[in-house]
Formats: sequence, C-alpha cells, structure tokens
Amino acid sequence: MAGATMRPCGDFRTSYRADTTIFDDRFSRNSVIVGIVLLALAPIVLPEVFDAYWMNMFIQIGYLSIAALGLNILVGFTGQISIGHAVFFGFGAFASPFINSNTGIPVVLCVPLAGVMTAAVGLLFGVPAARIKGLYLAIATLAAQFILEDFFSRAEGFTGGVHGATANPMSFFGYDIYTDREYFYVVLVFVIVMFLGATNMMRTRDGRAFVAVRDHYLSAEIMGVNLTKYRVMSFGVSSFYAGVGGALYAHYLGFVSIEAFNILFSIQFLGMIIIGGLGSVMGSLMGTAFMVFLPEAMDALSRAVAGGWLDRALNLQSGINNLREMAIGAAIVLFLIFEPDGLAHRWRQIKAYWKLYPFSY
Amino acid sequence: MDAFLLQLLVNGVIVGMLYGVVGMAFVLIYKASQVVNFAQGEFLLIGAWVCWWTLTEFDIPFVFGFLITLVFMFVLGVLIQVVVLRPLIGEPIISVIMVTIGLSIFFQSLLNWMFGVFAQPFPRIFETPSMEIFGLQVQTVYVMSMFVSVAIMAAFAWFFKASKTGLAMRATAFDQQAAQSLGISVRHVFATAWAISAMVSAVAGVVVGVVNGVSSALSFFGIKVFPAVILGGLDSIIGAVVGGLIIGLLENLAAYVDVDLQWGNMQRIAPFYALILILMIKPYGLFGTRDIERV
Repeated sequence: MAGATMRPCGDFRTSYRADTTIFDDRFSRNSVIVGIVLLALAPIVLPEVFDAYWMNMFIQIGYLSIAALGLNILVGFTGQISIGHAVFFGFGAFASPFINSNTGIPVVLCVPLAGVMTAAVGLLFGVPAARIKGLYLAIATLAAQFILEDFFSRAEGFTGGVHGATANPMSFFGYDIYTDREYFYVVLVFVIVMFLGATNMMRTRDGRAFVAVRDHYLSAEIMGVNLTKYRVMSFGVSSFYAGVGGALYAHYLGFVSIEAFNILFSIQFLGMIIIGGLGSVMGSLMGTAFMVFLPEAMDALSRAVAGGWLDRALNLQSGINNLREMAIGAAIVLFLIFEPDGLAHRWRQIKAYWKLYPFSY
Repeated sequence: MDAFLLQLLVNGVIVGMLYGVVGMAFVLIYKASQVVNFAQGEFLLIGAWVCWWTLTEFDIPFVFGFLITLVFMFVLGVLIQVVVLRPLIGEPIISVIMVTIGLSIFFQSLLNWMFGVFAQPFPRIFETPSMEIFGLQVQTVYVMSMFVSVAIMAAFAWFFKASKTGLAMRATAFDQQAAQSLGISVRHVFATAWAISAMVSAVAGVVVGVVNGVSSALSFFGIKVFPAVILGGLDSIIGAVVGGLIIGLLENLAAYVDVDLQWGNMQRIAPFYALILILMIKPYGLFGTRDIERV
C-alpha cells in the first residue's frame, strides 16, 4: 500500500508507452484486481448479505453494462449518435436462443456467436450511417428503432412473434447453470473480458482512430484516417457488444418478449452512458449501476412514505412505474446540466482530492 | 376510386396539415436555436391535457379554456428554454438531443401519472357532429382542424414577413453574431421561439384531442414529425408543411394497403421507411439548405 503515498502529484510521463497504460501505477492496478476478487468472493463468504436480490442486481448491471459499453464506443468514443441501441440488444437476445435451439451449439458459445450476428446487422445499418452524421444520424437510428421493432413482430420464425421466444439456461458442455449465484460468475467473466477488450482496443491504432473521428473528422480524414471505414466499424463493434449483452439477458431470463426493446429502453442506454460519462470505459459501468439502482431507490422511497399523507396525495402505489420513468428523465436532464462529464469525471475528482489530501488546493 | 380510399385521402390531408403545423413549430425551434426538440410531442400532450382539465374542472366556455392553455404554454416554453436549454448552449449535439429526450420522458410519465393512460373525450364543442361537403360526410371537428391549421400557417407567414419580432428571429437564424451586433437580443429570440413553438403545438394538441380524445398517444406526433421535417428540409418552414402533407397522405395510403393486402402495421411504420429513403437520397430534404461539405 506504500504506493498510495508515493504517487507523483502531476503527469510526468516521458514515453508514449507510459501515456497509454491502463493503470497509472501498481497500486491502482492492484486495487482493481482486489476489487474483482472481493466481488467474486462476496457471494461465497457472505451469502446472507448478498442474497438473491443482490445477485439479481449484479447480473442486471453486468449484462446491461456490456451493452452500454458498446453504445459508449459508438457515441462516446466515435461521436456517432444512436437512438436505437435497444433493438440491437434485442437482436442479440433473439439470436442466441435461435442459434442454440436450431443447431445445438452450447449456450456459452452461442453468446459470442449472437454478438457476431448482431454485429453483421449493425454493419448493415452502419453502411448508410457512414454518409450522415450528428443530428441526421440520430434521426436515422430513431427510424431504425421502429423498423427493427416492426421486424421483430413480423419475423415469427426468429422471434416467436407476439408469443416471444424461450431461451435455454446457460450450460458449460453439459453442466447446466440454474441459480442466480452461478450465473453471476458467468456474467462476471463476460464483463471482465468485454471491458478489458474495450480498454485495450482504445489503446490500439483503431481505437485512436475512433477518437480522432469524434474530435475532428475533417482533420482525421486529412491525417489519413479512413472515415467511412471507422464509422462503419464503430457501428459493428457497438452492435457486437449489444448482442453479447442481449444474449446474456436472454439466457438469464429464459424468455424474450418482442415488447421489451422499445424506445424507452434505448433511451435508458443513452442515459447510462451520459450519467456514467461519455468516452469513459469505467463510466459505462458506473452509469449502468446508477440506472439499475435508480428505480430501486424510487421503490424504496415510495415504501418509506407508504400510508402517509404524501402517499395518499400523490397516489404513489399506482404511479410507481411513472415515478421510475420520471426519475430516469429527470436524472438525464439534471446530469446534463450539472455534471455533463458524468460520474467518471466526479470519480476522478474524488481521487485527485484524496491524492493531494490534506493540501488539496 | 372507391369511397374508402377517398375518405382516407381526406383524412390524409387533414392529418398531414396537423403534421405540417407541428413540423413548423419544430422547425421554428431548430432554426432559431439549433436545438432538435424531441419533446415536441409532449408539448401537444401538455396543451391538450391543460385545456381538457380547465374545461372539465371549471366548466368554462371553450374559448376561455383555450386562452388559459395558450398562456400556460407560453410560460412553459420560456421556462424550459431558460432553465434547461440555456445552460447547454455550446455543448455538443448529443447533450442537447439527450436533454430534450429526458424532458420528453419526464413530461410523458408525469402526465400519465396525473391523468391516467386512458383516452378522455373533450366536452362537445359543436352542435352538429358532421356536415356534408361535396357529397362526403366530414366531421365538423375535422373541418375546424383544417381551418385552424390554415390559420396558423397564415399567421406564421405574416409573423415572419411583417412583424418586427419575426424579422429579428429570421435575422438570428441567418447569422447570430450579425444579429446580435445589430441590437437583437438573441436570448429573447430563443425564448420567444420556444414559447411560440409550445403554443402552436398546444393548439395542434387541442385539435387532435377534440377529434380523438386526449391520451398519451398524442405524443407520438412528436416522433411522426421527424419524417415530415426531414422530407421538407430541416430548416425550411414551407418544407415542414409540404413534408407534413406528404407524410399524412403516405400514412393513410399505407392504411389502405394494411386493410387491402393484410400487410400488418404499415400505417405506423411506412413514414420511417420514407425517412430512411430520404436520408439516403436527399439528406437535406426538398427545401432545406444544402451544406456542401465533402471529405
């Protein structure tokens, strides 16, 4: 732990390699590893505290954060706006059970396969998107949202139509996973792999090209970055992440309905990355956690005032769904006004404060 | 041509006019302050609910309820611009888009909470429910909505051609810095644009509410307006009217296809196919300014 006090108080990097490291020093890397190990041990050591409720929450955060990370690669890193992320998530959720039940490939392999299939669909939508940008792209993806939703209700062989599709439970070559606790580890592994993948991709030539396209696409083109290629590729990568997230969602719930992937869900994904921080890998995770716990906080709030005058005046019990949605809308608006860089920025500020404590001025 | 198709075409024109009106309100905000307002549909919803509430709660004549609605929407439009949009001037486009989306979710769930999800009919306004024009039975409210739409369009034309505020707004849309140096308060122009847009949308909302009853389905107008304004050109007020008419007609023709060929939900989805098509072929629309920018 000595590293904590020996950190330099500024950026004194002398090589390019030092500038692109994921962790500034050994302490921050070790603390992340310790954090993951503690999370993995928590359900075993403290099964009373981390009961089914918490497992459910963690699993939700896991698969949603993978999809949110995909959207962050598209929006936060490449600067392409998409208001149709939920349908790609949904496509993955239908694709994985579809592959599994038609070919018999084990579920654990179907998940990445579903990601690849979703990436193909994303590329399909990405090709026209390479021509338009900004606002027009936002409107085009809004149209894609409604068109793919309509497609889900028509393609009965793929999605089961209005009846929905059933998904087999996760299995490892004959060993089936039924309980939330086991599924938690599956999701944890996927989250770690996908987050490491994204972090490392951002350190490569392609990742830097994404950021260049976002920051100034004209300069990027002049520097030799192929705009069309990277815009389309960003759509593909983002859809891959959405597909993997969706597949994990499908095998967790065991049932996928075509009504789940509506525009509100897409907006929730956008909310996650805005609250977490655009262009921040860890921000995607923080934003997702915020978005998952926000409705829970609203439930707790309504339970706390249940039976009181406020409850009667506002009719809270019947309006709880509206209260949740209102909280989502309000959170997005308030974060954009007061904390536009998101939770990731706030976290960096907290770290900087403690690094210099008690002389933090 | 059978009577059903004719009826659908008439419906298409009437609905299209309303799309045109909402589209104009949308374009007004975009031209004045470069904000794409995803909460336009909620303006319709709020206007309709406020008018419905004043009419049913206080039992006052329609005209007074309507005026109260207009005043309320004026205040709301200015408030939203000042409190929510003003801090975001200069922020990237994603922030501005997201803040209006956030507002739209917020208002929609708030109104669902306050008024419920079921459609509520307006109190009767006209004595005769329908009249005969050229041998076609047309509901009186449809005729009214037609008149209201044309009146709003005429008012817009006059406002931007002759009134001082309208000229100031056009100048701001054309060049903000030049307008500011000539003594035009850009802040006032932004606030006025939002106030007018909110009021005009509320009028459209009340009209649709009188025809179909007030329900959260109204806010879908705010999404249907995108195909219309993209078709017409995002920064053209005439384009919004033309685009609205075309999309309204297209939608009702798609309804004909739905009934005749049993293709399912084409009425709902056809405008979005049109939207993608326009963006591919002519992204700046029929009347929009063509930004020349090639890389």
